[in-house]
Amino acid sequence: MAKFTLPQNSQIVQGKTWPKGEGANLKAFRIYRWNPEAGENPRIDTYYIDTEDCGPMVLDAIIKIKNEIDPTLTFRRSCREGICGSCAMNIDGANTLACTMGIAEIEGDVRIYPLPHMPVVKDLVPDLTHFYAQHASIEPWLKTDSPTPSTEWKQSTEQREQLDGLYECILCACCSTSCPSYWWNGDRYLGPAALLQAYRWIADSRDEARGERLDNLEDPFRLYRCHTIMNCTKACPKGLNPAKAIGNIKRLMVERQM
Amino acid sequence: MSNVETGADVGRGNRPLSPHLQVYKPQITSVMSAFHRITGVGNSIGAVLVAWWFIAAATGEGAFDFINGLLTSWLGHLVLLGFTFSLCYHLCNGIRHLLWDAGYGFELDQVKTTGIMAIVAAGLMALGLFIVGWAN
Repeated sequence: MAKFTLPQNSQIVQGKTWPKGEGANLKAFRIYRWNPEAGENPRIDTYYIDTEDCGPMVLDAIIKIKNEIDPTLTFRRSCREGICGSCAMNIDGANTLACTMGIAEIEGDVRIYPLPHMPVVKDLVPDLTHFYAQHASIEPWLKTDSPTPSTEWKQSTEQREQLDGLYECILCACCSTSCPSYWWNGDRYLGPAALLQAYRWIADSRDEARGERLDNLEDPFRLYRCHTIMNCTKACPKGLNPAKAIGNIKRLMVERQM
Repeated sequence: MSNVETGADVGRGNRPLSPHLQVYKPQITSVMSAFHRITGVGNSIGAVLVAWWFIAAATGEGAFDFINGLLTSWLGHLVLLGFTFSLCYHLCNGIRHLLWDAGYGFELDQVKTTGIMAIVAAGLMALGLFIVGWAN
């Protein structure tokens, strides 16, 4: 059931403004903070960064804040080039990767929150346990009945092309946590990321479990809570189209009835 | 909030829920979708009003005069204008849903174009219908 407001323990209170420091091009970063050991509500802290003295991306700025202003600021990051998906967060009102989002693309203050409607572990780190469990539930591996060939499982160029736009997903969770339907029913609705991954295996010419995979998705919640809102496609930092993948699954569901 | 299907213990340690509607910028995609649902509810309410009007007409003069008086007052006209737009929007956006269900129009530029088209078409249709209705 949709609950549009935040629970009592999640409501955001006034936070701390950190000293401004020197610099001609100061930009304010307003960042969500929550410390599990403090027993307080989440707050927004304000930091100032001289953009002339900082790398171009939002990730550069928050690393600089952690290094030079406040070492307690907590966030995930790894590859810093948009391939690992660790630094997914809500920046300037939309989900994206901090490492591929330019500071200059944002007008005014930079507002940073964890991925929306997720339990927060600390600061910008959401708990993705359930998200990963949903990914596991679609059984993201090749399933076959035929004997394993002595060489590779072969695919034609055309068959391989069916996987373009699907295999590139890095499971950053930007799409699923941008989806209002996932916000309200994420406990049972698989969400765009897991469904795009499901279609990646359904569309694979080498996979022999298509019927079984569709059976597993034929459910009012797991698949059909997708109402083609398309926030997922709008959010995807890799330019993929989860809504289209889900549309394809729905089409296959109809086709196999006929 | 322990989950039955996955066993994920996402509520461990009184963790707060990260903000969602409060911080997500309105997207043309989600706003139009929310409005589709709102107009769906609006259509049901409007249908009840119209049914009331017809049933009252079949019941007798007193019953009809009451509801007819309500619906032809300025407030009644405003409600009917809203209902007309609600119907038109739900129809136009419903056509987008039909196209998506048929597998077309999933690219972001198409989503934006068809979205603006649906809003403009719904506005023009509602205005046209209302002017025609008003003139009679």
